[in-house]
Amino acid sequence: MSTPTTAPTPVFEARGDAAKRPPGDPPAPVKITVRGLNFFYGRAQALYDISLDIRERVVMAFIGPSGCGKSTFLRTLNRMNDTIPGTRAEGEILLDGADIYTPGTDVVALRRKVGMVFQKSNPFPKSVFDNVAYGLRINRLTRTNGELHERVEKALEDAALWSEVKDRLKSSALGLSGGQQQRLCIARALAVQPEVLLMDEPASALDPIATQKIEELIVELKKRYTIVIVTHNMQQAARVSDRTAFFWLGKLIEINPTEKIFTNPDEKLTEDYITGRFG
Amino acid sequence: MITTGRSADAARRSLSGVMTTVTAACAFFAVTMLVLILGYIAVRGLGSLSLQFLTDTPKPVGEGGGIGNSIVGTLVLLGLASVIGLPLGVATGVYLAEFGSGKFASIVRFVADTLTGVPSIVVGVFVYTILVLPMRQFSALAGGVALAVIMIPIVARTTEEMIRLVPASLREGALALGAPQWRVTTGVVLPAAASGIATGAMLAVARVSGETAPLLFTALNYKFMSVRLDQPIASLTVQIYNYSISPYEEWHSLAWAATLVLMTMILFINIAVRFFTRKKF
Repeated sequence: MSTPTTAPTPVFEARGDAAKRPPGDPPAPVKITVRGLNFFYGRAQALYDISLDIRERVVMAFIGPSGCGKSTFLRTLNRMNDTIPGTRAEGEILLDGADIYTPGTDVVALRRKVGMVFQKSNPFPKSVFDNVAYGLRINRLTRTNGELHERVEKALEDAALWSEVKDRLKSSALGLSGGQQQRLCIARALAVQPEVLLMDEPASALDPIATQKIEELIVELKKRYTIVIVTHNMQQAARVSDRTAFFWLGKLIEINPTEKIFTNPDEKLTEDYITGRFG
Repeated sequence: MITTGRSADAARRSLSGVMTTVTAACAFFAVTMLVLILGYIAVRGLGSLSLQFLTDTPKPVGEGGGIGNSIVGTLVLLGLASVIGLPLGVATGVYLAEFGSGKFASIVRFVADTLTGVPSIVVGVFVYTILVLPMRQFSALAGGVALAVIMIPIVARTTEEMIRLVPASLREGALALGAPQWRVTTGVVLPAAASGIATGAMLAVARVSGETAPLLFTALNYKFMSVRLDQPIASLTVQIYNYSISPYEEWHSLAWAATLVLMTMILFINIAVRFFTRKKF
């Protein structure tokens, strides 16, 4: 990251996520490439010709009014929509250059690389420990019990939850507070060490203090993960993300560095939405 | 304090009061009937109850006798029915809930619903034809199979309902961690639905433990202590039936006592299952 380079940085990048790095740094490599994505629920089309790039170790926020397709799009990135009967995707989504919709793609392996945190926290009705250990166990990622404990502790620490639950690892996850449950779900996703973390309105059901903790966590996690977050809360997008994509009626209207989106958007629609004229 | 003088509000409130009273009265009536039945059985049954009655085998009129072999026989029959019926029923329910969206599944569902409504004596005759006639022998095995046939559709449908109650978000959470479908079913969905499935299974066991008709053609009855599956076997329900239709006052008392024992057994099955499937998390 800190390798000095003489290559000229494109002006476009210099104003965005790259602006937060020392000047002259090359932009991070592209992690996810989406080209011409159309998505259908049965006959109803939900996404129209979406194309965008998501770079490594960058927080990408999706904003837009309810029903604009931002969550649907997020769920195409780990093929979570496969679980809904009658859905269909056209176009290309490349993860590290490989198309994840090619027939024969190992969806299980894909989801191990692309973790997800949901809008409503969904801890399993198991103990705190077993929740975090679940992904490690099913994927057989640890050899010994000691290693399993280490990884669980590490994941809980990364999710800023360890100090709060270290004495109650064996008690039910459902006894935690809402904010703790959501951080537990983040820990559960982090435990399998994904490369990308998808977050579908991770703080929408939480109070301001819990929300702040999640936001701090996102900024911290950015150092190691590529994060894509869907949010209804524009201040949240402004606070945590490097780039923001604005969706409207299933179309990608604008994608730009977050600062630019919120101060000087290219599109009239974006401006109208951000200034609260609709949505 | 909110005061409203309008008559519409007064009418609404009095209607609400009347409805609450009516539903409460119905609930009270239903519970009273149950308490009366249980109380009457206890009063009539307690007189003949003794340790000897619980352990002895039936004797001719005037010599006392007991229902030890019937208790053992009922337990054998229930155990056999559970061993056959519960795995089949639960597996069918899992199939219907997790994979059953096609035509075959809707046929299975329809057949299960129809089977639930089939009179139990028909099941008895059916098992008589497919097991008792070829074996040329009434047997505990045939009795257990008959009870299992009654259990399977009940267990299958409750299992399906309970699995459908598991929130989709739990499945998604597991899938998002890279869990294959079968591990989601066995590791997350089934444990989350376990207490509901166990309750359904328990209700099915309780339901068949009171069956008499399907046993008349299959397990028949037996005067002696026996646990052999290829021989006829005694059961509380058939023994109660035999005591009840007799002309002897003494046997009538024995029937009441045997009924009390049967009710108590069902109660203990209920309590035991509730204890073992209580929510741990």
